[in-house]
Amino acid sequence: MGFQAPGPLGPWQWLLLLVALKGSKATSDLNKPTDSTAQQEPGAGFAASGLALGEITVFALDYDYVQVPYEVTLWILLASLAKIGFHLHHRLPGLMPESCLLIIVGALVGAIIFGTDHKSPPVMDSNIYFLYLLPPIVLESGYFMPTRPFFENIGSILWWAGLGALVNAMGIGLSLYLICQIKAFGLSDVNLLQNLLFGSLISAVDPVAVLAVFEEARVNEPLYMMIFGEALLNDGISVVLYNILIAFTKMHKFESIEPVDILAGCARFIIVGVGGVFFGIVFGFVSAFITRFTQNISAIEPLIVFMFSYLSYLSAETLYLSGILAITACAVTMKKYVEENVSQTSYTTIKYFMKMLSSVSETLIFIFMGVSTVGKNHEWNWAFVGFTLAFCLVWRAISVFALFYVSNRFRTFPFSIKDQCIIFYSGVRGAGSFSLAFLLPLSLFPRKKMFVTATLVVIYFTVFIQGITIGPLVRYLDVKKTNKKESINEELHIRLMDHLKAGIEDVCGQWSHYQVRDKFKKFDHKYLRKILIRKNLPRSSIVSLYKKLEMKQVLEMAETGALSATAFSRPHQAQQTQGTKRLSPEDVASMRDLLTHNMYQVRQRTPSYNKYSLKPRAAEKQAKEILIRRQNTLRESVRKGHSLPWGKPAGAKNIRYLSFPYSHPQPARRDGEAAAHEDADRSDSELSFIMFNAHSPTRSLQERPQTQQITTRKSLNRGGKPSGSGYQTSPSQEEHVGRSKRTLRPKPLFHTVDEERGSGEESGEEASAPGAGQPAEPRRERRRSCSPLLRRK
Amino acid sequence: MGSGGSRAAQIPDADRIRRETGFSQATLLRLYHRFRALDSNKKGYLSRVDLQQIGALAVNPLGDRIIDSFFPDGSLRVEFVDFARVLAHFRPIDDDTGTRDPKEPEPPNSRMNKLRFAFQLYDLDRDGKISRHEMLQVLRLMVGVQVTEEQLESITDRTVQEADEDGDGAVSFMEFSKSLEKMDIEQKMSIRILK
Repeated sequence: MGFQAPGPLGPWQWLLLLVALKGSKATSDLNKPTDSTAQQEPGAGFAASGLALGEITVFALDYDYVQVPYEVTLWILLASLAKIGFHLHHRLPGLMPESCLLIIVGALVGAIIFGTDHKSPPVMDSNIYFLYLLPPIVLESGYFMPTRPFFENIGSILWWAGLGALVNAMGIGLSLYLICQIKAFGLSDVNLLQNLLFGSLISAVDPVAVLAVFEEARVNEPLYMMIFGEALLNDGISVVLYNILIAFTKMHKFESIEPVDILAGCARFIIVGVGGVFFGIVFGFVSAFITRFTQNISAIEPLIVFMFSYLSYLSAETLYLSGILAITACAVTMKKYVEENVSQTSYTTIKYFMKMLSSVSETLIFIFMGVSTVGKNHEWNWAFVGFTLAFCLVWRAISVFALFYVSNRFRTFPFSIKDQCIIFYSGVRGAGSFSLAFLLPLSLFPRKKMFVTATLVVIYFTVFIQGITIGPLVRYLDVKKTNKKESINEELHIRLMDHLKAGIEDVCGQWSHYQVRDKFKKFDHKYLRKILIRKNLPRSSIVSLYKKLEMKQVLEMAETGALSATAFSRPHQAQQTQGTKRLSPEDVASMRDLLTHNMYQVRQRTPSYNKYSLKPRAAEKQAKEILIRRQNTLRESVRKGHSLPWGKPAGAKNIRYLSFPYSHPQPARRDGEAAAHEDADRSDSELSFIMFNAHSPTRSLQERPQTQQITTRKSLNRGGKPSGSGYQTSPSQEEHVGRSKRTLRPKPLFHTVDEERGSGEESGEEASAPGAGQPAEPRRERRRSCSPLLRRK
Repeated sequence: MGSGGSRAAQIPDADRIRRETGFSQATLLRLYHRFRALDSNKKGYLSRVDLQQIGALAVNPLGDRIIDSFFPDGSLRVEFVDFARVLAHFRPIDDDTGTRDPKEPEPPNSRMNKLRFAFQLYDLDRDGKISRHEMLQVLRLMVGVQVTEEQLESITDRTVQEADEDGDGAVSFMEFSKSLEKMDIEQKMSIRILK
């Protein structure tokens, strides 16, 4: 708290920096020195003095007190501002991975700090990194991992990630050792262990960072999973290797390392890995179990999730097991059950908070990396750096092609060479390598600076060069012929075919190796779910569209006229053959643009994961729009008495729309047995749209206002079937008796019942359909403009 | 559920289906499992409702039409044979089509047949032509709500005009396939897992 005269940083330098760093005025504070212990000098000129009246200071400044958190916050804020700028330009995110941006920001900050000749706060040391910065990053990647494809490909993933990391680490280490033996390079004091350690830390890749870049190229699912899986397991494996090798190094005289030690090292590797996973699973189950009871206090649900994950990490670390693998396993295990248990808002909170934490951690690491880049603590050795880079590429290529050659033998759908090239090229290093290099103990590694330099070079090279060029490479490999100038015809038909293909793929469903998966699902059903999931919950795959369909948005859509009755009318029976107008090319181009921008996107089957942001809302909005429109169109055509235009004979089907005012929660719904459903009549398909009910004036059966909640319901659940509710699309006739039935949900629902009078058995079933008492006096209702699915007879 | 031999016997007419569609034994088995999984109530056939319960189809703009393509000619049931037949259109094209006997009927996954399948999504009244009205309807399905009716109509006009060669205001199948001759239909309408 001194008020001495300002140090080497005069006000002029300060102004210069302000100009240099436009927009971030706060960063000028970085000029203030950090060493509060060494020199008692605040930096900035103007703050140096205080106003003292008598003995009491009226105005004072104490920067040292807040320095560390202040600067850290400023860094994070700066990175966030940069990200905002990055995303404002809509093409940039597709060009280069966001890590590029973070590195640039880091380098900038580093340049400033270096330029103003001041020591940055010691934010990163080994403890802080391993205890605070690393867990959120790993947790986030574990949590957002799509589990089903992961487990389907788990053999290949383990084989590739595990062995690949080992092969890379050993390969690079050994090759570098051989290089070091060459006297000419001046590296002979780097011994084998150090080289191996360096190899292990440089082989930690972060390929997910590049995923965003080629997301639009429709990477197929297994490839996606390989990249994801590799990223997930890779960190853990490198850290385990790193720790083992450090332990070896600490044994000082490496001549005394015997084969026994090496064997012990291998055994330790396995134990560490497996033990970590085991811990994670246990903690995952415990936390899932606890969330079963948190209905009444949903505000602490995110807390439970995070604390248990963190606890799994720490517990594993206590026993020298792999905390990273533990937290990953915890996230994976926990996710399925927790998602079903927690409330919607908690679920959103968890997702966002996780993203935020991991984003903060990563930003800090990158900034730190930038700060170290611009500095005097480098040791440049051409040979070492050059060969490191070369060996990284070479060994990655070797490991990719060799390992995949073997694993392709066992796969039903082998990876093509193209896929393997993509995997090879996505070997982008990230923050993990840098951290491990930075935290090398100087005592054991006298040439630490050289290692750090080499690591930085590799990171910069891979992130920038590979990151930027991988997009075009993937597009080049993927698309055989791109004729840009497509006619409108082609545009339309292509999109139709894409939708058709997506639809048929959905009909085919997901295929997997049934046996193991079925067994697990049975086990899951019988035991795990009973224990871990709250009672009376709808059993469905939670992250489904319907759950998020909100009344409010539906009302908005109605108000903006998107759902007005006139929007889709005017069937244009008359062929108004307008004379063929000659359209100018600009008209055609603008028409084509209109089409391109407004056509619905094809549903993506591969789960899209973006490390830096959550799933865009556009896809959801589109899906909602489609659903609502389908309902609307259906309603419209039914009202007008047109048979729906697919040429079915009009008398074939009847539609009844029923609405069910209430329901009884019935247990064992989730068993998916047909018998358990009251709608043994399988011709029920249920729709749970409550929209418009608010407007509906004529409501015969229900007095009770529909609640705002819309849920889906699978009427008939089967083990392998995806969830969803169906829509009734058959043409209707306007005469039939409706019935109301009880639903199984605690919340009100709508049902539409389709009965096919065509075959005897159906009407038989229908006749016997359970009337668990419902009278419906279904009257016929005149449809109002907003009245949705109520048609009663 | 993985052992092929014992289960294959349960598929009715397995050999006939194999010959007709060209699926491998393993794929056919998987399709059969999928058929049975979709078949709620174990009726032995699929009804419209079963297909509607595939949630992903509900958010597909063409979901209704895709489902309808499984029910040609107003039938109400989809037997496994029909199911396999429809899906056979999406089998990736075999590389050995050159050696095929030209007198045999084209396999369902030939380019022409794939195009025919797509064509019938447009042509609901099955008159062999896509009228302007039908084109407009498809366009409406596929485009968001923010496009006005006039814009849709002019796009439809343009579409029909581009493809229509004999000037009858409708697009016949030949015209349709001609307008798509540059496109890689084989790749667009093939699903890898259906090998």
